[in-house]
Amino acid sequence: MGMKKNRLERRHLMEAFMKALMYISFVIVAGALGLILWTIISRGLPSLTWDMVSQVPKGGYYMGKEGGILNAIIGSLYLAAGGTLLAILLSLPIALYLKTYLGQSKWGEYVRLSLDVLWGIPSIVYGAFGFALMIAFGMRASLLAGILVLALVELPIMTRAMDEVIRRMPADLEHAALALGSTKFEVALNVVTRQMLPGIVTAILLAFGRGIGDAASVLFTAGYTDRIPTSLMRPTASLPLAVFFQLGSPYPEVRERGYAAALILTIIVLAVSFGARWLSGRLNKYTIK
Amino acid sequence: MSESTSIFSSNPKTEGRSPRPSAAPRTRRDQAARRLFFIMTLLPIILIGIVAFALLVRAWPILSVYPLSDLLGGTVWKPNDGIFGFQPFIIGTIWVTIVGLLLAVPPCILVSIYLAEYAHARTRTLAKPVLDLLAAIPPVVYGVWGLLAIVPFVDDVAAPFAERWLGFIPIFEVTQPTGFGILAGGIVLAVMIAPLIVSVTFEVFLTVPHDLRHASLAMGATKWQTIRNIVLPQVLPGIIAAVVLGASRAFGETIAVLMVVGNVANIPTSVFDTAYPLPALIANNYGEMMSIPLYDAALLGAALVLLVVILIFNILSTLVLRRVARRKWA
Amino acid sequence: MDAHIQVKNLDAYYNKQQALKNVNIEIPKNQITVIMGPSGCGKTTLLKTFNRFFELTENTKLTGEVLVDGQNIYDKDVDVTEVRKVVGLLAQRPSPLPMSIYDNVVYGMHLHKMKKDRKEYKEAVRHYLEIAGLYEEVKKRMHDPATSLSIGQQQRLCLARGLAVEPEIILGDEPTSALDPISSQNIEARLLELKQQYTTVIVTHTLRQAKRLADYVIYMYLGEVIESGPAKEVFGNPKHERTKQYLEGLF
Repeated sequence: MGMKKNRLERRHLMEAFMKALMYISFVIVAGALGLILWTIISRGLPSLTWDMVSQVPKGGYYMGKEGGILNAIIGSLYLAAGGTLLAILLSLPIALYLKTYLGQSKWGEYVRLSLDVLWGIPSIVYGAFGFALMIAFGMRASLLAGILVLALVELPIMTRAMDEVIRRMPADLEHAALALGSTKFEVALNVVTRQMLPGIVTAILLAFGRGIGDAASVLFTAGYTDRIPTSLMRPTASLPLAVFFQLGSPYPEVRERGYAAALILTIIVLAVSFGARWLSGRLNKYTIK
Repeated sequence: MSESTSIFSSNPKTEGRSPRPSAAPRTRRDQAARRLFFIMTLLPIILIGIVAFALLVRAWPILSVYPLSDLLGGTVWKPNDGIFGFQPFIIGTIWVTIVGLLLAVPPCILVSIYLAEYAHARTRTLAKPVLDLLAAIPPVVYGVWGLLAIVPFVDDVAAPFAERWLGFIPIFEVTQPTGFGILAGGIVLAVMIAPLIVSVTFEVFLTVPHDLRHASLAMGATKWQTIRNIVLPQVLPGIIAAVVLGASRAFGETIAVLMVVGNVANIPTSVFDTAYPLPALIANNYGEMMSIPLYDAALLGAALVLLVVILIFNILSTLVLRRVARRKWA
Repeated sequence: MDAHIQVKNLDAYYNKQQALKNVNIEIPKNQITVIMGPSGCGKTTLLKTFNRFFELTENTKLTGEVLVDGQNIYDKDVDVTEVRKVVGLLAQRPSPLPMSIYDNVVYGMHLHKMKKDRKEYKEAVRHYLEIAGLYEEVKKRMHDPATSLSIGQQQRLCLARGLAVEPEIILGDEPTSALDPISSQNIEARLLELKQQYTTVIVTHTLRQAKRLADYVIYMYLGEVIESGPAKEVFGNPKHERTKQYLEGLF
């Protein structure tokens, strides 16, 4: 009986060929990540000094003289933290409402659909929208305006991520709490939030990471300044724009610092991303399945 | 629905038994929270409308002066003379998006097939952080990478190669001596949209029940035959939706593309041409927006064009993906 | 006895848990062999090792040999697709492919390029649908989706589909457990008709079905084969205490 494999048979050749293509594609995608990290680290590291992260730009900084980009680091942290905080205030209630009252209902699906659509809107459009509002209200570029627009950018990301996490909550647990006489609101507040805390924090970190890296939205709304902002109404620098502006400089020293700024931004974003991963790993470990 | 509360108050038996004192305020709080939360869920839906409306209002001055066909079809962009032709920018956006998609889609689909159908659980747990990190890297960092790695690559490797071997095909004609241009923009975009396309496609593959694959394998089909004949036809709508989603992401990408695409307002004919996509136009010129008449209306109008195209892409693909996920299998 | 399948020193593991313990059996040619035992005893696992479906589950390990016509199907140079062509499977739940009735039957034949032209394929489809006792019911709707059939009809379609690739062995993994009594009876009748030409191995959890079908019986408990032999002997005079208890319905 002919059960022996004939590797030259057409379908076996096809199988091997497709598998090879898949491996190659996988290596290309993973390799792209490696290449990006390698480029950013190898070009950013040489100009990364303590001054870069501890000082604001001094006179002549943009011609290659002394100073750093502390203004942009702090500015970005302010912007992203503010935007994230604001987004939490909206996201958490929406995600809880989706879980506790809407579930799989039609209305719930509409809300999820609209969140997915909001997620797809590019940040430049949010930036332009913010700018349109600023003209209408006679507002100037400021930390506050940047925070408001970033909150919009982060809102759908955070809400959908929370929604996915909260949806995974075991129904038994919720029913047990309801059976003990809790109202749905109490269940939402106590059981869901506590049980799903690591997942919720993961969602928050995810949105924070997106917020701190976003350039197109703050370009219009937050402005840029060499000073660390002291009030919500002042304009503020941000890391992505610090990278962007310095790369456009005719001075090589300034461009080098732009690479270093990109490295700083990458480190922050990767740290946030790893933090989120670590937390979601814990979530899988501790929640009841 | 909170059946518990309504039953509680309408049931004469329990009313007669005098409910515990704390219950009434607690259920009231439940009601109040529901109302407040409900209003908040309206927000995402309203927000889409508000964004579109605000942009429309700000773009209205120019929309009311020029017919839409002149704006979208016009090829000349001279804001100082009051001539606003968006065509080069729209065509530029389309070029960059298509090149990005052509580069991204085949490997991304292969990767998701690999992850969904072939890879061990171990490989899959290894692949997830790779995709997560690719998705987490900020656009401006992609731009820096494009500038440092991709532009020189196009200049030193791709362009000479095309000149030597592909020069007779018009779209591969090397038209200018820098590495900046559509190809560089497309490569950067391809990597940026890869994690999105891979993860959405992967999820779509998971919706196909194992029984179908097993039925085919049991008859002696190879894995690829099973994928090709059974799985792919089932997931095709989902894959198309994933690609459209990727297209809409590419369409609106701003900073990373702007940094490598050259930003010259011409109508490209080759992948080595420079282009000036719509998002780059908006981002580059916001500074002068208020100093030239109608300029702000034109740029916010450009944002409106982006928004409308992306909304259509997004809504369609999201609806298709919902159907795929919710599909009933016999 | 003319053994069609021989199992030698077979051990199987899911993760670290052992599912089959040193299984040594022979399955006679052109008879119906029934594997029975309480749920979780490893009978489905054993069946899955016959067409190498066991390896489709991740983190599994297998040692030992399964010989079909004297050839170990786990040898390195054996083509798993050829194994599965020779060893057909009737699954627990009918799993019609998402295509028409006709295409379901023709699918496997196309895979192996078994016929020359359209006409031959058409004749073969009719032939196997007739064997499965489905032809009369579907001859006017060959190009309707297979999912439009009733569950019982779907299972007969799966039988026709499996037979169309001309296997020598038919595996049935509780093939009637999802069906109504009349459809079950229909499938059982087909299997009895076919047993002259095919070696049939059925896993079942109902003792009565085992008694109706079996020529040869394998009784398993906790991953081990407790007793195997011709149906008359095992049912009439079980040698092992556990088999006796099972047959008496004690567990």
